[in-house]
Amino acid sequence: MPFIPHTPADIQTMLQCIGVPEVESLFGEIPTDLRCPSLDLPPALGEMAVGRLMRDRAESDANGLCFIGAGAYEHHIPAAVWEIAGRGEFLTSYTPYQAEASQGTLRLLYEFQTMMAGLTAMDAGNASLYDGGSGLGEAVLMAARSSAHPGGKILLPATIHPHYRAVVQAMTRDQDLEVVEIPFDPVEGRIHPKTLNRFHGQKVAALVIPQPNFFGVLEEVDLLTDWAKAEGAIVVGLVNPVSLGLLKPPGLWGAQGADIACGDGQPLGIPLSSGGPYFGFLCCKQPLLRQMPGRIVGRTEDPQGNTGFILTLQAREQHIRRAKATSNICTNQGLMTVAAAIHLSLLGPEGLANTAAVCHARTKALVEKLTAIPGVTRLFSGPFFHEVALKLPKPVAPVLARLARLGIQGGYRLGQGYAQMDKALLVCATETRTEADLDLYADTLSWVLNVKEG
Amino acid sequence: MLETIFDISRDERRNSQHIPEPPAPAEEIPERFLRSAPPPLPRVSELQVVRHYTRLSQLNFSVDTQFYPLGSCTMKYNPRACHVLATLPGFVNRHPFSNDDSGQGMLRCLYELQEMLGEIAGMRAVSLIPMAGAQGEFAGVAMIRAHHRARGDDARREMLVPDASHGTNPATAAMCGCTVREIPTNSDGDVDLEALRQAVGKQTAGLMLTNPSTLGVFERQVKRMAEIVHAAGGLLYYDGANLNAVAGRVRPGDMGFDAVHFNTHKTFATPHGGGGPGAGPVAVSERLAPYLPVPIVKKSIDDKGREWFSWSGEEDLPDSIGRLATFAGNVGVLLRAYVYLRMTGAEGLRRISGFATLNANYLMARLRKAGFTVAFPGRRATHEFIISLKPEADACGISALDFAKRLLEYDFHAPTIYFPSLVPECLLIEPTETETLETLDRFVEAMIAIRREAQTDPQRLQTAPHAVPIPGGGVGRLDATRAARKPDLIWKEKMSR
Repeated sequence: MPFIPHTPADIQTMLQCIGVPEVESLFGEIPTDLRCPSLDLPPALGEMAVGRLMRDRAESDANGLCFIGAGAYEHHIPAAVWEIAGRGEFLTSYTPYQAEASQGTLRLLYEFQTMMAGLTAMDAGNASLYDGGSGLGEAVLMAARSSAHPGGKILLPATIHPHYRAVVQAMTRDQDLEVVEIPFDPVEGRIHPKTLNRFHGQKVAALVIPQPNFFGVLEEVDLLTDWAKAEGAIVVGLVNPVSLGLLKPPGLWGAQGADIACGDGQPLGIPLSSGGPYFGFLCCKQPLLRQMPGRIVGRTEDPQGNTGFILTLQAREQHIRRAKATSNICTNQGLMTVAAAIHLSLLGPEGLANTAAVCHARTKALVEKLTAIPGVTRLFSGPFFHEVALKLPKPVAPVLARLARLGIQGGYRLGQGYAQMDKALLVCATETRTEADLDLYADTLSWVLNVKEG
Repeated sequence: MLETIFDISRDERRNSQHIPEPPAPAEEIPERFLRSAPPPLPRVSELQVVRHYTRLSQLNFSVDTQFYPLGSCTMKYNPRACHVLATLPGFVNRHPFSNDDSGQGMLRCLYELQEMLGEIAGMRAVSLIPMAGAQGEFAGVAMIRAHHRARGDDARREMLVPDASHGTNPATAAMCGCTVREIPTNSDGDVDLEALRQAVGKQTAGLMLTNPSTLGVFERQVKRMAEIVHAAGGLLYYDGANLNAVAGRVRPGDMGFDAVHFNTHKTFATPHGGGGPGAGPVAVSERLAPYLPVPIVKKSIDDKGREWFSWSGEEDLPDSIGRLATFAGNVGVLLRAYVYLRMTGAEGLRRISGFATLNANYLMARLRKAGFTVAFPGRRATHEFIISLKPEADACGISALDFAKRLLEYDFHAPTIYFPSLVPECLLIEPTETETLETLDRFVEAMIAIRREAQTDPQRLQTAPHAVPIPGGGVGRLDATRAARKPDLIWKEKMSR
């Protein structure tokens, strides 16, 4: 075990100072019947051997050409992002409790909060939550606490990622909140504003609006926001941060704007990594600031008038307020925000806007090529951002399995999250897919759909 | 003084390398969905970005650069192999919804990690999903409530916690719809058993306990506590924040606990990243296994006799408390923990807790001999211990905060201060097993020197730090009151010129 630096002489010096004969004597207060003899774990390996083991396993995990989105997106990550984010001073520091010894992380978080608040057109942002799903759960709890209709309904459209809805369910189950699912228009693939009319006057605490929604379709965010505000509800905008290079930010939806914006920050420089670590972001308008969960960094001064940064508004947090805190969150996804701040700085406004526009254009081109295959059609008519639901002439599961064997991850099988969608496939093409990639997918899908089963 | 990234932005500057060629305008997206002005982000060159954030990194204290004895946080060395091997291209480039064929390497690692954590905890089943300790606690309390609900006993909604517990414990109980009742600690640092006996009843959902406790001592009566809570119909939750003290020697399952979370970013050397990401896997006894958060990695044997690994969801665990993460939790962090455990093995784990305890007890003995007041002098330290600066505060008019700030100027990160709040003017000190004797001795010398300063020149402490000795960005003691009174949370000046 090479990470323990003690020499035999050190150990003797230390034991003598303590006044015990051996290290084992230090455990004398543990009742003997609780001590376990030895654990059954695999034998220890040196760095070289474990390196070989992990390389072999990583090589077996080649992903192929990816056309899956569904909440995690393959984007180009500039080389400088993780070269800098991976520096030991970012990697091996703790939550910045000692502000004067953590100015790097704190100043970066202040810049990160500014970027996220700017992207979403909100007044403030926090220093991250775990991921998009749990971030939405926190946003819903925050909305319920802040609402003019406490104990009112939380409206959750079925056009939200099925896993996000499952996380919200798990996080609110023991809170006596009434979460109501809103069905979508089967033609357009989005919420028809008329669907909401049956909740008129029924004490709606909050409405969550996904933009784009899980099917990639653009919701009528202005109409939905205006409806919710007229009902006195809190509006939570669930957004993809890359789409905000192109799309109207939640703070500007409708006449008054959404109150809370949240989402998954993965598209901002975070690798796919089988689902994590990513990070959740949460921004809000000024009146809700003190209901925000998680760490918040503020600017202040030292006695000489030098600018410095510090964790602030901590009276909301668990280490101060215990059972009355706005959330139990402590450790968040700090290092991921380092990468996101660097990523956004490297792209700048034009980089983010063009990335979003290229994603849209690639997806449009992909859909044109795929729907040219006989029997493949678009499932919904609503305008889209960078994902589209397709209807195949066959059940999707065996098609995807066959595509994967040919090196293509063909999309997300919508039947996993929705009833009667066994033939529906959600596809995505980001700026990383070339024209040749799209052609290869179209040719391969065409071939796979024509193969006789057997 | 460093500028922000926004100060160095210029309107006309373009980092063209990272701006994709513009496509044809997105005409089929109606105007009403579009942004009317570009997003407010800085316009800076790649070198400016690299230099700015490199300079920022240099303003941090970190384990890589300083001794960081932050109690309850286990700031030990994070072996670089864990980081490098968890970020191999095959792992980081895989989409969470890619098919299981393309994830066999990752899934095998996670399956084996589940097995190893179950063995370390002495528990029956494991879910790796929770993304931090606090989420692991949430999973634990939600499972305890699900257990009571399934037995038709949903009135059990009171969660017991020791008064010295981590703030996440009561905060979690509240998120799970429980009320919280605090149990006092006796003068030896153990939970007051009589108070516990009187507190339990038909309303008791369970007890959340950290052992070794946040007071830096092993809770000796833990088995009797388990008996009392179980006899009253409650279950026991183990907060694994302090597992580095006993890993490989004592198992929460053997102590009588029903659920435990691990902090992989503490015990298993995955880096803290300035506040995460961590991971908080949960392990449970037989009776809570049906409620584990999904998905879980399962192993099967295919028709050719090969081992096959896949994610198992609600269909296999219909009584699960559900999903806590969009996908599969912090997989990258879990892979780091896996590599670390493969390098330590069982004997390595015992040595880790042994030397973490040796370092803490040595440091405590040295400070005590130097005249500092140890909070529980009759007790053996675990991997951490508490000293109280109350005598120094009374004699010299300085505080634990002043002491901590002055330590920064001696190039040490400060220990945890004012937690647990039971001990006045306290420092909670956790040296970890990866520090050398020389470093511990230097820390003792600094503590002695600062106390001497407190006696001769208390103002030197009260105004510390004057400027933390790091290049370019040293700030003096920052005004926390001002920050909270008039929150300035985002850059509002005109960004570009």
